Amino acid sequence: MNSETSTTTYFVIYFALVALTLATCGLSFVPHFEWHTSVGLAIASAKVVLIALFFMHLISSTRLTWLALLSGLLWLSILIGLTLADYATRAVLSF
Amino acid sequence: MATDHAPATWHHFDDLEHQQQTTLFGMWAFLATEVLIFGGMFTAYTVYRMQYSAAFEAASRHLNLWIGGINTLVLLTSSLTMVLAVHAARHGQRRATTTQLLLTAALGSVFLALKAVEYYLDYRDNLVPLYAFDPAEWSALNVRPQHVELFLIFYYCLTGLHAVHLIIGIAVVLVLAVFAHRDYFTKEFHSPVEAWGLYWHFIDVVWVFLLPLLYLIGSRAIVG
Repeated sequence: MNSETSTTTYFVIYFALVALTLATCGLSFVPHFEWHTSVGLAIASAKVVLIALFFMHLISSTRLTWLALLSGLLWLSILIGLTLADYATRAVLSF
Repeated sequence: MATDHAPATWHHFDDLEHQQQTTLFGMWAFLATEVLIFGGMFTAYTVYRMQYSAAFEAASRHLNLWIGGINTLVLLTSSLTMVLAVHAARHGQRRATTTQLLLTAALGSVFLALKAVEYYLDYRDNLVPLYAFDPAEWSALNVRPQHVELFLIFYYCLTGLHAVHLIIGIAVVLVLAVFAHRDYFTKEFHSPVEAWGLYWHFIDVVWVFLLPLLYLIGSRAIVG
């Protein structure tokens, strides 16, 4: 039960998250920028990392917590990986 | 260590620290299962997005980015108030904890209200499969209407499942606010606030991914 993170840190992270949100939305209005989806998802991942590390206090969490999270992500990667390995290597569905 | 206010240490734990770690581990394990629920839906969505990209892009452009964007900011702010509530609980500040928890619930409710408005606007704009939908509008854009309907079904299922989680979160946060107001939590014992804080941030994380995946597929640049 530690309280190392200060209130200031929370506000800094918050404004970073707001800025990244505005960036994500703004990117889709830039003409001729085909990569805006991938960049948008990369920005979303960055936001999630910030939320997880600071708001969910992962940065000051025990190794047990990290284990729970990483296990979940491992199973998620199996879900996504094996599913897409199937569908991405098949013929186009007709519907 | 046990206080007059809360049954602080349960008999099967060594101390409050052990109890809190276990509570948080339990919540993280639950969140891992939640990741798999939403992950399954995201994967299915990705499969069809890869197959019917034109229709998904066209449909995505018709979603209300104003409400989607503002809702994202509302939820991010609620995450801030939630972490401030946890911070206050860690320092045993009764009034700050209560206030921040109430603000969190209020912001969550604002999100739901805006979502309801957005659903109404979607209905008015013929974006409800089977119920309010104009196939000709999409054929004119050279995309198959049934692919657009598939996108819309994913949109309502994903945002609907997210909204259900948010409703549960708001209810729990309100209950926590009542407990906080009644001085139930202390500097040593406040693990419910910590644990449900994690749940609340998870709801925010899901929405952070939903925004680009649903609203920002197609470019909204005004070209020419």
